Amino acid sequence: MNDEIKYLAGRAAQGRVSRRAFMGRAAALGISAGMAGNMLASAVSAQGAVKGGTLRIGSVGGESTNSLDPALAASQVPYHNLNQFGETLVEVKADGSIGHRLAESVESTPDAKTWMFKMRSGVEFHNGKTVTAEDAMRTMERHSNDDAQSGALGIMRGIESMKVDGDVFSVTLSTPNADLPYLLADYHLQIQPDGGFDDPAAGIGAGAYMLEANEPGARHLWKKNPNYWDDSRGHVDEVEILVINDATARMAALQSGQVHIVNRVDPKVAQLLGRSPGVQVVNVGGPGHYVFIMHCDTEPFANNDLRMALKLAINRQEMVDKILNGYGTVGNDFPINAAYPLFDDSIPQREYDPAAAAEYYKKSGHDGSPIVLRVADGAFPGAVEAAQLYQQSAAAAGIPLEIKREPNDGYWSDVWNVQPFCASYWGGRPVQDQMYSTAYLSTADWNDTRFKNPQFDELLLSARAELDLGKRKGIYSEMAHIMRDEGGLICPMFNDYVDGLSDKVQGWEKDGTGELMGGRASQVVWLA
Amino acid sequence: MKLVSQRIALGLVLILAISVLIFAGTEILPGDVAQSILGQSATPEALANLREELGLNEPALSRYLDWLFSALQGDLGTALTNGKDIASSIAGRLGNTLFLAFWAAIIAVPLALTLGLVAARYAGRWPDKLISGVTLATISLPEFVVGYIVMYILAVNYRLFPSTSVIYDSMSLWEKLNAIALPVIVLVLVVLAHMMRMTRAAILNVMQSPYIETAELKGLKPAAIIARHAFPNAVAPVVNVVMLNLAYLVVGVVVVEVVFVYPGIGQYLVDHVSKRDVPVVQACGLIFAAVYISLNILADVVSILTNPRLRHPK
Repeated sequence: MNDEIKYLAGRAAQGRVSRRAFMGRAAALGISAGMAGNMLASAVSAQGAVKGGTLRIGSVGGESTNSLDPALAASQVPYHNLNQFGETLVEVKADGSIGHRLAESVESTPDAKTWMFKMRSGVEFHNGKTVTAEDAMRTMERHSNDDAQSGALGIMRGIESMKVDGDVFSVTLSTPNADLPYLLADYHLQIQPDGGFDDPAAGIGAGAYMLEANEPGARHLWKKNPNYWDDSRGHVDEVEILVINDATARMAALQSGQVHIVNRVDPKVAQLLGRSPGVQVVNVGGPGHYVFIMHCDTEPFANNDLRMALKLAINRQEMVDKILNGYGTVGNDFPINAAYPLFDDSIPQREYDPAAAAEYYKKSGHDGSPIVLRVADGAFPGAVEAAQLYQQSAAAAGIPLEIKREPNDGYWSDVWNVQPFCASYWGGRPVQDQMYSTAYLSTADWNDTRFKNPQFDELLLSARAELDLGKRKGIYSEMAHIMRDEGGLICPMFNDYVDGLSDKVQGWEKDGTGELMGGRASQVVWLA
Repeated sequence: MKLVSQRIALGLVLILAISVLIFAGTEILPGDVAQSILGQSATPEALANLREELGLNEPALSRYLDWLFSALQGDLGTALTNGKDIASSIAGRLGNTLFLAFWAAIIAVPLALTLGLVAARYAGRWPDKLISGVTLATISLPEFVVGYIVMYILAVNYRLFPSTSVIYDSMSLWEKLNAIALPVIVLVLVVLAHMMRMTRAAILNVMQSPYIETAELKGLKPAAIIARHAFPNAVAPVVNVVMLNLAYLVVGVVVVEVVFVYPGIGQYLVDHVSKRDVPVVQACGLIFAAVYISLNILADVVSILTNPRLRHPK
């Protein structure tokens, strides 16, 4: 009996048995509630991270052409590799606040134009060199350079000048931006010795794990960095990332105990997988969303009544249930959800309303000819099926949609951002400003809804310079209302990150900043 | 001997012709290597500089000869995508592919021949029908389905073998063999039927000959007839099929590599094709062609050597 209750307390401490279930079992075993509560508390504190072992991760998105150069990372395996060896100045934590990594403090001038990052002292790169403010500046310089072909180049464009003053690295922007720390938390911006100018793909950073074997497209092995500065992270001796692009093979690897963690569990099989022994499926809401986009400057979509009719004619809950199998949340026709800091959850949810849609459709004076919706399988998983559901829910409101299937090949160059009405996907950004600036500012390159609203642009720029969080939240809420009621975006759903875990993995936390806990899983979890 | 040397010479000519085809094929593709490297950031000056640097302004013939001679000396250039030396990257991958192909062949070829002989010995009776039925079933299923089935049964349910087959240098031979068990099983199942059916058919064909009847009449047992009289005369077609299957094991197993995460050359080629990494594609094309042609030459040579009429031409 004693062993059983201890085991249960341990399980409850890890969050694998609910507190209520534990108390119930304890009562059944004849233990008083007070005593059971004490046992639970001591089990939680005793349940520290266990050190050691080899954590194996099976990941989609790796090719034999991959490099360890942080600038070139674009798919999942390079992303996870960067998170093993690299360390950024700051990070976005699960609660949306800024966490300090190589920068021990961040300050800005009151106008949010100049930002100062004070470097943590005594941190070493894997090659023994001390991390300095100079290294941070050189890293940013390399990513600003066209030659580096960095995925973070867009972020660096707003920087006017950079300088180093002792252990302080400071950045001056051309226009104020209260979100700069969020931008510099980008995963490409891993600080490298001398900015990585000497050998960008060496895999040398200041992170928790050091390169042991690098076989692109097959496996990457990382071993614990003995000099890592942060004792609260990096519990395992080795992290092995196996490239398993085939979804079935990835799930089989988890079920057979070959790997401890897999990413991108297909929602269609998630429930089945969760039922197999020793495996659990974890999902967390993220900023990624599946959308249908209309060009606000092209007939018939230039008419806001027609846009409103189309927004009311989509059944969002049905899409979440059938396309995402419940692993997601409904959208509200603006590209922001609870995964973002400063999200206003009081904005009313738009519902499927065929009667109102029919009314708006009539009011728009559309001639009744079918509205062509272009879609391809590659637009997002289940895009063609989603378009068919949309076609039916719109037909119930008397709006004829014609689905035109396009080939995957060339969809992103010939259809998306070219044709006036099509399916698309956004991975989301860490902050609202970046999401709106990327796709909804009048002048944005990727303004795929051709949404040009001077008032909206003005609000966006004023929010960017606003350091008062309450006021910024108010501005973002106003922008969301404009976007929701006038924009060209039909956003039916936000997809969750769905990962699979073996029951040997302990210490997993809900973290919607990216898949596998925003890439931090290998640093935070430990093996039982 | 004259025939054999003719075959080998012909093979060399074929490889040369294919190298011309590969080179010409990549020449015809829109854009050149400089454009592939620079991608969207290509400016006219940058293109001109890079073309100069890579010698792309030379006439095609001299570039072809350059490429061919460096390839003959083992210098395949560097990959555009990650700047690695192609020859050393390919060496590791090709080694892995040959390792897998070797173990699959070691099991599949003797097994197929034995099963073929047994099926021929009992032609039309139940052992023949059983062997034919099972092998035809395994060849009819697509490779990835066979892969998933053996993975589900042997890796997930019984946990006998690992479901992923990543191998690397620091593993012992035993660990490597354990790792590749599942892909080997799949490859054996996939290539078995072809070779087994050919063995059976070739032997049954020979069994119609008058000299088999003579052997029967002088009282030899059926097994001895097959072993001593029928099989030696059926070797030529069987060897051809065996070689085709061996070539397939080297150049055609990309699906199996993907399913079992095996770091072979097929996956390497596919990754680089999708990134339009022309030098790698050329190098892989050349290697695949060389493997195919040399195995076929080997088949021809064996057929010639086993055929007394060809060995001693009048």
